[in-house]
Amino acid sequence: MNVISEADFAAAVNSRSKKPIYEKMKNACIGVAGLGGLGSNIAAALARSGAGRLVLADFDTVELSNINRQAYTLKHVGMKKTAALEEILKEINPFCETVSYETRISEKNCVGLFEGCSVVCEAFDKAEDKAMLTNTLLSENKSVIIVSGSGLAGCGRANEIVTRKISDRFYICGDGKTDVSDGDGLTASRVMVCAGHIASKVCEIILKSN
Amino acid sequence: MAEINGEYFDEKITIKEYLEKNGYSENRVAVMVNGDILPKEKYGITEIMPDDKVDIVGFVGGG
Repeated sequence: MNVISEADFAAAVNSRSKKPIYEKMKNACIGVAGLGGLGSNIAAALARSGAGRLVLADFDTVELSNINRQAYTLKHVGMKKTAALEEILKEINPFCETVSYETRISEKNCVGLFEGCSVVCEAFDKAEDKAMLTNTLLSENKSVIIVSGSGLAGCGRANEIVTRKISDRFYICGDGKTDVSDGDGLTASRVMVCAGHIASKVCEIILKSN
Repeated sequence: MAEINGEYFDEKITIKEYLEKNGYSENRVAVMVNGDILPKEKYGITEIMPDDKVDIVGFVGGG
């Protein structure tokens, strides 16, 4: 592998931008709750933009049925998602520090896991887990911003996926209605549109902050 | 008049009652009242007041 200095990597991230992107992203600590189709693609996008520190949490193992939409490749099947994603992120941006928790995220542990993150991406699969994380973090952590994904199943209708601001601390991305239980499956393209919305909002929040 | 998800609402009921009437499952929503999250344990004791702005986010599965 080529040895690349951080200065070279930073300059590459900042190329074609009048404002420094890397320096702001480098100082950010961002949480990703759930490392499936949304979480793995969000983390990869943030690492490419120079995220300095990502807190990753998932209990799950990569399965063959994940490859249709998640950032993993066949060689990762059987690995824990935390370890597999760390490997992918290191290959994208070796200067992105990762903190991984191989655990099931719950009402009891989520505040502690994401302590120190200015933004947390809610990237779970189940609606109940999405609601649990959003409710708990917004109630018990007084400063964190949540960017959540809801409504990304099926394929096509990419323009129906939007980012909505609910409050200064809560954004939600998706079409708001297409549930995976409707039976239309999940496709990488539509999941990545939603993951892109989430990662894009996170970058915007961080680049606009002081 | 109160506003719920952008629509005017003029009944004196609790958040819990509103959710039940409108087919929301309590464990799949986040409820914001005037920009702040409303903890679940307060759904049953929080009445929708005339000037409240309420946002109910219903989550769907897939990720």
